[in-house]
Parts: sequence; structure tokens; C-alpha cells
Amino acid sequence: MHALMLAAQNAGELQAGLTAVGRGIVYGGAAIGPGIGIGIVVGNAITASARQPEAAGAARTTMFLGIAFTEALALFGFVLAFIISG
Amino acid sequence: MHLALDFPPISHLIRWPTIFGSGMWAVNKVVLLEWLAVVLLIWFFLAARKGALVPSGVQNVAEAAVDFVRNEVILQTIGPEGLNWTPFLLTLFTFIFVCNIFEVIPVIQMPVNARMALPFFMTAIVFFIYHYLGFRHQGFLGYFKSMLFPPGVPKALYLLVSPIEFLTYFFTRPLSLAVRLFANMLAGHLLLATFAILTAALFTATYIGAVIPGALLVALYGFEVLVSVLQAFIFTILTAVYIGGAIHPEH
Repeated sequence: MHALMLAAQNAGELQAGLTAVGRGIVYGGAAIGPGIGIGIVVGNAITASARQPEAAGAARTTMFLGIAFTEALALFGFVLAFIISG
Repeated sequence: MHLALDFPPISHLIRWPTIFGSGMWAVNKVVLLEWLAVVLLIWFFLAARKGALVPSGVQNVAEAAVDFVRNEVILQTIGPEGLNWTPFLLTLFTFIFVCNIFEVIPVIQMPVNARMALPFFMTAIVFFIYHYLGFRHQGFLGYFKSMLFPPGVPKALYLLVSPIEFLTYFFTRPLSLAVRLFANMLAGHLLLATFAILTAALFTATYIGAVIPGALLVALYGFEVLVSVLQAFIFTILTAVYIGGAIHPEH
């Protein structure tokens, strides 16, 4: 509480600190879903190519596509974290 | 022990001072690298045009690249009728790859695609191409019909599906295509810079402390080579998917 009041005396510092916190939250939050999603995509691609090794090529191409679509959300968060400015 | 570890602001890592020219025509390191990439590609394809029966050297690499784009990108996504798109997609793939690989080449160490200009420009080209193809192959109304009303959806759901599909085609696709390439290269660049700064700071403080971040830095260089290839591949294959979707819609 004391620290917060001290910081509040200097509004600029408080704003800079909160901006940094916001950036962290934005990227951290944006990474949760895609992290789980990429895990599912790759896991299922491995399952597919283990069950049917002759279709491994097709599974790999589709896997990269799936990763690209899933990963885009995390990257939006990454860019947004830089766009946020105090 | 005080560790002299102050990370420079992001703009110091990606914004380069103007070398010559001014205003719109200002030329800095990034522009020079783009020109270098163009020159390298022209040399590459001219050297590969010899057409010797037994390929060697540059021709070997070029034929492998053509083979890769044809078999892994076009035949997997568009099908045989997309083969006349090989030159465009091959140029796209090699150009993006060369621009990306500048990231890990010593002394240069700046991925051109870590600035938004080039990904945005290439995405604009792709955007116009696939919409033009859609209009030409399916007609104006037919294209919008196949875009906004995908078959096999219950009638009531079109209220929800059509706006989403419209946003996907005109907003999400180009945005994600450009941002994916840009953000991946920017993230890689920042990652390498972070570890290099960390290694340097630990090396000046304690020699032994720099071993682990130094080793990680080397490993990350290898990883970034992989990312460079992968992002060029993904940009190309997504372009092929969009072109394929415009040429023959789902039934």
C-alpha cells in the first residue's frame, strides 16, 4: 500500500509500470490458447503418421498449415504487446 | 556483484539510420538488404538457367527449390492445374527465404521481414491475386456466393457464418498472413539480441557464467535457420491454399 502511494506520487512512473504489466498480460494471455492448440495439432499429426506412415507427407503439410493458423493468434498478441504504449 | 545488463529499447534493434536519400526515398540498411536479396535471386536464377543435363552447383540447388515448391506446395494444395503458378510461388518462396536468412548471417544480422513494409507489400500482392482469380473463375456473384454461403451449413446459421466468412476473406487472411511472417522474424531477432546481450554482460562480469547463455545462443541460431525456412514455406503454402480456394471452390 505504501509502495503504491509512493508510486502514485509520480504518475508517469505508475503509468510506465502499468504499461509494462499490461504488455506482459497481453502476450501471456494470447499465448495460452495457441499453446494448447499447437500441442493438439502436432500431437494428432504424430498419431496420424504413426498409424499410417505412408500418409506421413500429407499429415506433415497439414500439420504446418494447422500450426500456422493456430500460431497467428499468439503472434497478434505479440504485436499488440508492442503496440500498447503508456 | 553488479551486472551491467541494460536492454536497449526495441527501436534501437530494428530502426536503422538513413544512409542516403531523404523522406520517402530514404535508404537505410533494410532497403539495401532488400536490394541485395533481389540481386542474389537474379544471379541465382540466371546461374540456374544453364540447363545442363547433369546439374551441378547452383543449378542443383535451384532444381531442388523448384522440385520442392512443385511437389510440397502446389501439388499438395492446388493440384496439377496449379502448376502454372510455379514461377510466382517459387519467387515468393526464395525471396522470403533470402530476406529471412539475413537474420543469422554474421555482420548483416537483420531479417528484412522484421519490418512490416515487405510482408505487408507481399500480402497486398497475394490479396489482389486471389480475389482477382476468384472473380475470374467463379464470376462476381458466384465468388461472393461461394465465399459468404459455404455449402452444407444449416440455413439459420448463415446469419452467423456469412459475416465471419466475409471478415475472414477481407480482413483476417491478409492480416494474419502479413503479421505471421513479420512477428515471427521480429521475435527471432529480439530473441537473438536478448541472448547476445545477456551473454556479453555475463562474459564481462564472470567468464564462466557466459557458458550456458552462449551455448543457448548458438542453439537459437540453428533454431532461427529453421524458422526462416519454415516461415517462407508457410507464407508460400498459404498463398497456394488461397489461390486454390479461389480457383476451385468447395462444392
